[in-house]
Amino acid sequence: MRVQILFFGVLKDLVGRASESLELDEGATVADVLEHYELRVPKLRGFMPSLAFSVNQHYTGPGAVLGDGDEVALLPPVSGGTSR
Amino acid sequence: MSRCVLVREPIQTQAVVETLTQPEDGATITFEGIVRNNSRGRQTQFLDYEAYEEMALKQMEDLAAAAIAQFKVRDVRMVHRLGRLQIGETSVLIVVASAHRAPAYEASRWLIDTLKRKVPIWKKEYFVDGAVWADGEPFPDDIARVQGSPSQQVASK
Repeated sequence: MRVQILFFGVLKDLVGRASESLELDEGATVADVLEHYELRVPKLRGFMPSLAFSVNQHYTGPGAVLGDGDEVALLPPVSGGTSR
Repeated sequence: MSRCVLVREPIQTQAVVETLTQPEDGATITFEGIVRNNSRGRQTQFLDYEAYEEMALKQMEDLAAAAIAQFKVRDVRMVHRLGRLQIGETSVLIVVASAHRAPAYEASRWLIDTLKRKVPIWKKEYFVDGAVWADGEPFPDDIARVQGSPSQQVASK
């Protein structure tokens, strides 16, 4: 199955793109996506504990099982709104 | 119902307040987040805001509805600007209309605090000597992470 992966903020700079299509085995989870990118982009490793994830624009956990055509986003801590 | 919007032009605060206010309102609380000229001791030149737009809008609408239910205010508007913002410009506007001021103040404070932790918007800060993505606030505990609370941890392999 294919899923669409989106990168935002610092992750977009580290990966070098805003989105890409990824081929996964049936039954793959968000955690499998993370493992793929940790291997491919080792600099992501340090960011992993701080990240949140969404599938089809809803926050979800690393254990979420993906389906064909899902939109998965890796979300660094958000910084909208105003200055601290 | 659409109470929230993402814009790329200057936020028209007065127009939003005037459109929202109804005769039964006894108070409107307007909160504007402003781009400040410094961050952690460095002089800021300008900011770029980006969003996961579809998700950010859904999250903002959810927060607006939650604030109305939780604080019993009459209505809420939230506007966030994206793209490049200069010092002194408004990055976010929250307007709360209510019969009485106390719940309006509470809802306004809750909305900006929660927006800053949950709505997928990021800012890049530009200084004279470079640019960095701002450190965000940690996600709240109800959003799962790889090393979240024990109940949310991914099954170990």
